Amino acid sequence: MFDNTASSLAASGVPRFHLADEHHPENGTLLGFWLYLMSDCLIFACLFATYAVLGRSYAAGPSGADLFDLPLVAVNTSLLLLSSITYGFAMLEMQRERLKATLVWLGITGLLGAGFLGLELYEFAHLIHEGAGPQRSAFLSSFFTLVGTHGLHVAFGIIWLVTLMFQVGKHGLIVENRRRLMCLSMFWHFLDVVWIGVFTFVYLMGVLP
Amino acid sequence: MLWRDWITSIDHKKIGIMYIILGLVMLLRGFADALMMRAQQAMAFGDAAGFLPPHHYDQVFTAHGVIMIFFVAMPLVTGLMNYVVPLQIGARDVAFPFLNNFSFWMTAFGAGLVMASLFVGEFARTGWLAYPPLSGILASPDVGVDYYIWSLQIAGVGTLLSGVNLLATIVKMRAPGMTMMKMPVFTWTSLCTNVLIVAAFPVLTAVLALLSLDRYVGTNFFSNDLGGNAMMYVNLIWIWGHPEVYILVLPAFGIFSEVVSTFCSKRLFGYASMVYATVVITILSYLVWLHHFFTMGSGASVNSFFGITTMIISIPTGAKIFNWLFTMYRGRIRFELPMMWTIGFMVTFVIGGMTGVLLAVPPADFVLHNSLFLIAHFHNVIIGGVLFGLLAGITYWFPKAFGYKLDPFWGKCSFWFWLIGFYVAFMPLYVLGLMGVTRRMSHFEDPSLQIWFQVAAFGAVLIALGIACFIIQLVVSFMRREQLRDVTGDPWDGRTLEWATASPPPDYNFAFTPRVHDNDAWYDMKSNGYQRPVTGFLPIHMPKNTSAGFIIAALSAATGFGLIWHMWLLAGLAFVATLVATIVHTFNYKRDFHIPAEDVLRVEDARSRLLAGHV
Repeated sequence: MFDNTASSLAASGVPRFHLADEHHPENGTLLGFWLYLMSDCLIFACLFATYAVLGRSYAAGPSGADLFDLPLVAVNTSLLLLSSITYGFAMLEMQRERLKATLVWLGITGLLGAGFLGLELYEFAHLIHEGAGPQRSAFLSSFFTLVGTHGLHVAFGIIWLVTLMFQVGKHGLIVENRRRLMCLSMFWHFLDVVWIGVFTFVYLMGVLP
Repeated sequence: MLWRDWITSIDHKKIGIMYIILGLVMLLRGFADALMMRAQQAMAFGDAAGFLPPHHYDQVFTAHGVIMIFFVAMPLVTGLMNYVVPLQIGARDVAFPFLNNFSFWMTAFGAGLVMASLFVGEFARTGWLAYPPLSGILASPDVGVDYYIWSLQIAGVGTLLSGVNLLATIVKMRAPGMTMMKMPVFTWTSLCTNVLIVAAFPVLTAVLALLSLDRYVGTNFFSNDLGGNAMMYVNLIWIWGHPEVYILVLPAFGIFSEVVSTFCSKRLFGYASMVYATVVITILSYLVWLHHFFTMGSGASVNSFFGITTMIISIPTGAKIFNWLFTMYRGRIRFELPMMWTIGFMVTFVIGGMTGVLLAVPPADFVLHNSLFLIAHFHNVIIGGVLFGLLAGITYWFPKAFGYKLDPFWGKCSFWFWLIGFYVAFMPLYVLGLMGVTRRMSHFEDPSLQIWFQVAAFGAVLIALGIACFIIQLVVSFMRREQLRDVTGDPWDGRTLEWATASPPPDYNFAFTPRVHDNDAWYDMKSNGYQRPVTGFLPIHMPKNTSAGFIIAALSAATGFGLIWHMWLLAGLAFVATLVATIVHTFNYKRDFHIPAEDVLRVEDARSRLLAGHV
């Protein structure tokens, strides 16, 4: 039963029951953040499920085919996908210990994210203006909630990104900041993956007859 | 003192104790609701209206359910896990100590919002799961449902983060040598419970958010017109709700496993099967949610599927019961208080489990749905399973946390009042349920039913005496603490690592990180002549206290309060303040310090003298 390694046995043959030096457990931050992301993913799963159930309940109102402006959504999608690539560049520059380049790529990522949000808000305003607001039907309720929750996440991501840019500027690429950049990176790519689901299931399949 | 040593503390032991205090305080509130309901139903027959008008009675039963599940059972479970798990795995704290403090305060402020509804406004009148359309804005235009939503959302964030925290702790911070299959069973059940928390609470968050959108924005998720579907709410909330009952009961199973093995002085029978049974229950708990509403009309095949999966869950649960029985078989059983709770549990829970299997049969459920039979069933498993387990756990680990045992006499009084009181209070409800009496009624016409309600009310009084004895037990034990003192750190001849350190443990838990070779690590150490190290101490790296968790949680509660009362300015300002406080906290990079080796030496020397003085 004992793991009879040299380190676990004292000279007498009695197993050692404690470490003689300080024990440093692995840092659990990345695991913890993954767990958080998976829980967030479940929130989106619920919203997708709600959209799947209610997404054709038009209540005699407009359908996706009537409302969605695919070229606009295509531009939006490419902005967000591009921002994932630029975040990747920022992480590469972080690995090369190049502070300034890291900050520049983070800034570009933030701008692309803001552009995405702007277009989404424009789309929402346009729909509401046309009388297709979230109150119009269960379909529109679930559409606005699913897409809006994603947008809200992007907005928080941008706030986080700006905060982190200040902190990286102030303290440099120290261990804590690298860990934080890594977490935000996972968050940002996660939002990208969710958006691919939104784009496919809501917009592309929504315009099908 | 209170601020520096408790409110801002990120020590998992203090946070665990605060969770348990919160749970016990809220137990008094939730139980007061229960007494009012039992009294009302015992007297409101025929011309007698009782003392609670329906408007008030509906709030009482809603608050009772919400408080007992979210603010009694959950804090007690989380508190015990917080206190015990790091000690059992030989760690110095949890993976994210600040987050732990924040989680606690979110739960506490959530409870605060429920309590506020007593004084300002009113609580929901919808039942503890707030089904729409009753909880929608048309049927419930007042603030009751909003109190419900925001207290649960705020407490839910705390629960979720605490789940993430304990998962990372168990996965990453076990002492060297403690492989997964050498973890104590309580740690295993905590692991599975926290998996369930992380995988279930987001669903609650999402569905309550949709309900709030219906109420605040006028969306049509669960409305009766414009395409809404109220059954979507019922499905989603039970996809959270069924795992929730296993979130509560799995840690209790873990406690019973520790208690049985300790008080029979034997290794637990069937450790591996216990672990597998726990994991199987964890998975199956996601495949049974529809049994809460067989009457929805989803058809024979869907109902059969969920009926069968429900019955299957009784197999791993039964395996656990047999493991405990076989551990007791030819063990040297010491009938200390935790063991008495365990035996009381085994008898009571088997009865509750059998009525559960009965309800899992869809045709039987069509008859018993929403009847008092159901009420009797789930109180049978929650009181007999979760609550007895938590009381066993509190009695078992109390000497670890405070350095003295609880007085056995008053504890035994409490046990017998609880046990007998439970049967007297709930067996009549089985009978009434079989006669067709439905739940949530504040008045009855048929006088022949009254005697059963009077018996049930008497049972509730017996339980009240049980609670009173528990409080007396705490007071008496405190006054007699010198006689009840535990100087060894191991008052029950325990088997797991939490008993290897002092009672109460020093801030750093273990002066040196333990190395584990076998299950029941502390028993292994004792039987191999382990000598406690008395020299060679090193500085110990520890996290620093912070007030950020309390402040952010308080601001979140202010946001919730603003939203409840449609005070948009307050809500907006408090929300922005929450964000700002969070961001400010991230600018704090100095979050740890070292306990100097001399301080460790001083604490350990004091313990050496204590041990030497009490051979």
